[in-house]
Amino acid sequence: MKPRPGSHISAAAGRWKVLQDTVEQQTNKEVLRQVVIRNRQGLHARPVMQFVDLANRFPCEVQVRKGKLQVDGKSPMEMMLLEATQGTVLQLVAVGDDADQAATALAKLVESGFGEEM
Amino acid sequence: MKLSDFIAEDSILVDLTATDRNGVLREIVQSLADHGHLNQDDVEPIVRSLIHRENQGSTGFGKGVAVPHVKHERCKGMVGTIARSSRGVDFAALDRAPVYTIVLLLSPQDEPDKHLEAMENLFRHLQKDTFRKFLRQSTTVEEIVDLIREADETPAR
Repeated sequence: MKPRPGSHISAAAGRWKVLQDTVEQQTNKEVLRQVVIRNRQGLHARPVMQFVDLANRFPCEVQVRKGKLQVDGKSPMEMMLLEATQGTVLQLVAVGDDADQAATALAKLVESGFGEEM
Repeated sequence: MKLSDFIAEDSILVDLTATDRNGVLREIVQSLADHGHLNQDDVEPIVRSLIHRENQGSTGFGKGVAVPHVKHERCKGMVGTIARSSRGVDFAALDRAPVYTIVLLLSPQDEPDKHLEAMENLFRHLQKDTFRKFLRQSTTVEEIVDLIREADETPAR
């Protein structure tokens, strides 16, 4: 059978992709968690500071998304831009070796309503 | 929402006398009362709750800026103002650096979403290096007023 033109290239590229992904997984593990703001006051300054404080204990990168908006989860000024009121859905993205632990801890903090009235 | 919707221009202080955090909070709230934005009787209770709030967790967000704020039953509408300290004030900020620009915001208790909206607007400007730099370097009320108006005219996002 005649090989499809270029198939050997895509096969090689495929192998390279697998290799690359393996490397990425080891060095740049990405964990995504969806959370909902539970507390009545929303993500105001005090919860933001709690979040940033906790995020900064992990060496991994932490990003927080609301729709198209993405901010640095370690920057209080950027976090305030989320304007996340009660019921707002956010995506937490952690990238790094400890991404799992960071995402889990941060998700738990948000879902607990930051110890505030729900 | 615009900055000028909640920043009382007549209460802006470009050269704070107080050098400690609590003194600064009192001086700013007093300025708001002196310009008719609060009752004189409400100054002390509001200052006390601002201090209490600050002790729970600093509003020193870093980069020389603090945004002390509180939701208080005595506030009928959202009101705030801006103050400058040339010497710098210790706000126990997140980055441990002294604070030179203070934006104080008082909100009624029953409007958490409006409060967040005002804060989002404020931080959208505060995270810009140039806005922070100009605020810190302004030596007259007029300069700060111009800066606020200019910021309000820049497209929302």
